[in-house]
Amino acid sequence: MSSEWPLWEVFIRGQHGLNHRHVGSLHAPDAEMAIHNARDVYTRRNEGVSIWVVRSTDITASVPSEKGPLFDPSNSKVYRHPTFFDVPEEVGHM
Amino acid sequence: MSSAPFPTVDQAALFEFLLRMGDNALILGHRLSEWCGHAPALEEDIALANTALDLIGQTQLWLGLAGEMEGKGRTADNLAYLRDATEFRNVLLVERPNGDFGKTLMRQFLFDAWHLSMLQALRSSADKRIADIAEKAAKEVAYHLDRSRDLVIRLGDGTAESHRRMREALDDLWPYTGELFIGDAADEELAAAGLGPAPESLKAEWDGVVGETLTEATLKKPADGYMQRGGKRGVHTEHMGFILAEMQFLQRAYPGATW
Amino acid sequence: MYAQMVKTDGACVKSLEDMEPQERAFQERIDAGQKIEPKEWMPEGYRKTLVRQISQHAHSEIVGQLPEGNWITRAPTLERKAILLAKVQDEAGHGLYLYCAAETLGISRDEMYEQLHCGKAKYSSIFNYPTLSWADIGAIGWLVDGAAIMNQVPLQRCSYGPYARAMVRICKEESFHQRQGFDVLAKMVKGTPAQKAMVQDALDRWWWPSLMMFGPSDDASVHSAQSMAWKIKQNSNDELRQKFVDQTVPQADYLGLTVPDPELKWNEAKGGYDFGQPDWKEFFEVIAGNGPCNAERLGARRKAWDDGAWFREGLAAHATKAEQRRTAGQAAG
Repeated sequence: MSSEWPLWEVFIRGQHGLNHRHVGSLHAPDAEMAIHNARDVYTRRNEGVSIWVVRSTDITASVPSEKGPLFDPSNSKVYRHPTFFDVPEEVGHM
Repeated sequence: MSSAPFPTVDQAALFEFLLRMGDNALILGHRLSEWCGHAPALEEDIALANTALDLIGQTQLWLGLAGEMEGKGRTADNLAYLRDATEFRNVLLVERPNGDFGKTLMRQFLFDAWHLSMLQALRSSADKRIADIAEKAAKEVAYHLDRSRDLVIRLGDGTAESHRRMREALDDLWPYTGELFIGDAADEELAAAGLGPAPESLKAEWDGVVGETLTEATLKKPADGYMQRGGKRGVHTEHMGFILAEMQFLQRAYPGATW
Repeated sequence: MYAQMVKTDGACVKSLEDMEPQERAFQERIDAGQKIEPKEWMPEGYRKTLVRQISQHAHSEIVGQLPEGNWITRAPTLERKAILLAKVQDEAGHGLYLYCAAETLGISRDEMYEQLHCGKAKYSSIFNYPTLSWADIGAIGWLVDGAAIMNQVPLQRCSYGPYARAMVRICKEESFHQRQGFDVLAKMVKGTPAQKAMVQDALDRWWWPSLMMFGPSDDASVHSAQSMAWKIKQNSNDELRQKFVDQTVPQADYLGLTVPDPELKWNEAKGGYDFGQPDWKEFFEVIAGNGPCNAERLGARRKAWDDGAWFREGLAAHATKAEQRRTAGQAAG
């Protein structure tokens, strides 16, 4: 009899206030247990303060073959990256 | 001696108490570690090892303090590895064999529910060293209880088979729960000195948590019949000797060696 | 290695000119050092080979829990007990990460378990040897994890994204494993004569099986060439074995131990050791299921799986019931 628990994607926010970050996946019968399991599997070394879990099948992903049109345009918007701007040396760190 | 660390309480009673806390954690942690590599799912294997690791860590603290206050130079390791069964003070519940995974979880739940109440009470112990250990351990055990409680509910209210197994585990373990709440002279000493709660005082809360959980798990709470006891004064079940034979093997076979 | 002698799909390595446009684009991305991600187009051979390799790696982690797990209940101090338990727990975690990585290639964990349990899928030969003394726990950390790290570090740069990321996490966590093994032994060789003898005995028994972990020489193998072109294997078996010997022999010297190889000798010209060959006949027997512990290891895994079926089903049934109650509650409300 197959009763394989569904797969969940795990996102963890660390101590330093950064965004939740995908850390991996695991199996669990439901969301509540997925949170428990994520705590036990993915924070064994004190890695996180907040956990999100999402059923893997509920994730809508961009189609890899469309990667060109989806991401290339932002490649040309170099001004979005801080290194685009020259800061005069005498101004110091910014 | 004016610098006696615990002037207000009988030292033997305090030593007894610290051994009880440490030995409960040690023997239960040992039992859980037997599952490593054999649990029904990888996620559970990892989770149970976390609980075992917490308990081994707590053992080091309780037995470390016991050795320190005894003042004979015994370390936590000496106490864990060089005492015979009659000198161990854990309750019988924690030495029960693992059985199937359901029985292991039921034993864990029944113990966790007591353990958390106990540690919460100890956080206000008149002795700061006890209060500090309890503070740290209570956080860990709150999670143990979260998990074991949740799994007992799910398995009780799962399939017919999981329900049957949990019911059998509960009936089998129930007679070993009474010992948690039976006080003796050492307990009275401690309670009188404000170092720890009287065991009986924890019963109502435990009854509440266990009752609610079992109801949610669709399991019937067994009647309080005759309760097995003895571990707290060193009279154990036959299993204890085998646990120690395994656990203490290296220390016994190579006396004086360091590892 | 943890993935030994993985059969590679593809009869020979094609040149870019011989490839269809899609495959050529794929190979060019690999050549440019880009990662291949789940659901992207990939040659079927690449997918199948990866499934075999990653699942074999995962199986090795979880079967690898068993020989060390043997000694958790007999660890000589509370601290050693906690460290060993944490280490064996890590191995379960590593198995889990790897199974998840393989699952992105369209196979379920249960299917992989089935392949392991029926004997179709392999795991590393090393775990079919017994742990007979506490020194074996040290030897496994020092030699077996040491050998594994040699292989796993380059795999962090392999071409398949989920596998590479799993390896990054694993390598980070594993950094303490080899050290703890060495630490166990370092303490013992400074102890009583009986302890020191125990350590030498462990090295005598684990040395050759550790060298076998890298697999037979594969310099001329087509499988190996294809896997290297796909960047799911980075170094030849002999290269890694040489590196392992060169790294390990001075550590054995430090411990005051004798490596059980009469042919072992420093070769100034090549800047490395010359050493003897393991008994490859034994290796193939172990791979074929005839090692000292094959039956116990597989038996233990099967038993854990079969005995746990009611538990997994119970939790699944509860989740379904709870979901139905929620839905019914919403409909009624």
